Amino acid sequence: MKRLIFLAPIAFFGLVIAAFALGLGRDPTILPSTLIDKPLPVFDLPAVRSGDAGLKSSDGAGQPHLLNVFASWCVACRVEHPELLQLKAQGVPIDGLDWKDEPAAGAQYLVDQGDPYRLAGNDKTGRAGIDLGVAGVPETFLVDGHGRVRYKVIGPISPEVWAGTIKPLMDKLRVQG
Amino acid sequence: MSGAGVTRSAGFQPALSSAFGRTGQRRQRAGSPRSGVIAALALLVLAGPARAVLPGEQLADPKLEARARHIGAQLRCLVCQNQSIDDSDATLASDLRIILRERLMAGDSDRQAIDFVVRRYGHYVLLNPPFEPETLLLWLGPGLVLAAGGVWVALMARGRSGAVDAASPLTAEEREQLARRLDVESAS
Repeated sequence: MKRLIFLAPIAFFGLVIAAFALGLGRDPTILPSTLIDKPLPVFDLPAVRSGDAGLKSSDGAGQPHLLNVFASWCVACRVEHPELLQLKAQGVPIDGLDWKDEPAAGAQYLVDQGDPYRLAGNDKTGRAGIDLGVAGVPETFLVDGHGRVRYKVIGPISPEVWAGTIKPLMDKLRVQG
Repeated sequence: MSGAGVTRSAGFQPALSSAFGRTGQRRQRAGSPRSGVIAALALLVLAGPARAVLPGEQLADPKLEARARHIGAQLRCLVCQNQSIDDSDATLASDLRIILRERLMAGDSDRQAIDFVVRRYGHYVLLNPPFEPETLLLWLGPGLVLAAGGVWVALMARGRSGAVDAASPLTAEEREQLARRLDVESAS
């Protein structure tokens, strides 16, 4: 037994290697949101679509919904877009925040790609997005009926993320009211 | 394709020899290309790191600008995560630099300006992480490893010295043998 203490540093080295190996598999761009369980920061954005009301932080109150941050210049958003259209068809309320984008470009994007949004606001300066802690697009917030952020998805919403994570959370929120 | 490659490498050779080969023959002469190369390298050492802070972003007040630089160097860019917002060319980093300057202009302390960004992006943006429960392992980890290593060394050392202590002292016969050998060695 006493002889085996000789092996302690090797065992420790093994632990360190294991920790590093696990760390390699993690995506460092996925940061936890500081807004979880907190109310949405206040914003009041002009419309993306002409003749539209735009998007206010208080707009979503009343029922759980998604707040999707997108931009016409964002490639991953185009990957995500069919899924958003699918969700709209299922009746999921989605608001869009067009981040660091020209309103005309954002509007054209919705014409070209289809429009999954209930409300859509243009955040040309990116300030509303920065208040939300947005580091890139797309990002999607699950907002409850009281206007509090409950979950954040970084990157495109895939059918797996929707079915496995967001839908169950949203169903739970609907029941809780 | 290969023909072009040959031509290029042939063109490359003289350039190399003019920089290093031929100058070797006249290295005593001052102002030779070689001393130019050395001077250029020396200047390279003096060069400071290039910051991405754009002229349009900078504040007129040099004191406030210096504070903004000091803070900007401590904040991680969310896009290029191993760069500070002062180092990064990402537009988000530029936005954060401008916001930071707005906060300072509005009278925020350094602490308040940093907290403004941390409230939005979390402690991850701090390149210098704070000491708190979440970061205990980070701060104390090296000390713990050092302590564990110390304990290990102590245990190993005690085991060894214990073995020496346990050895019985030399018998009279052994001592005589030892003395004889030492005598032989010192005589020769």
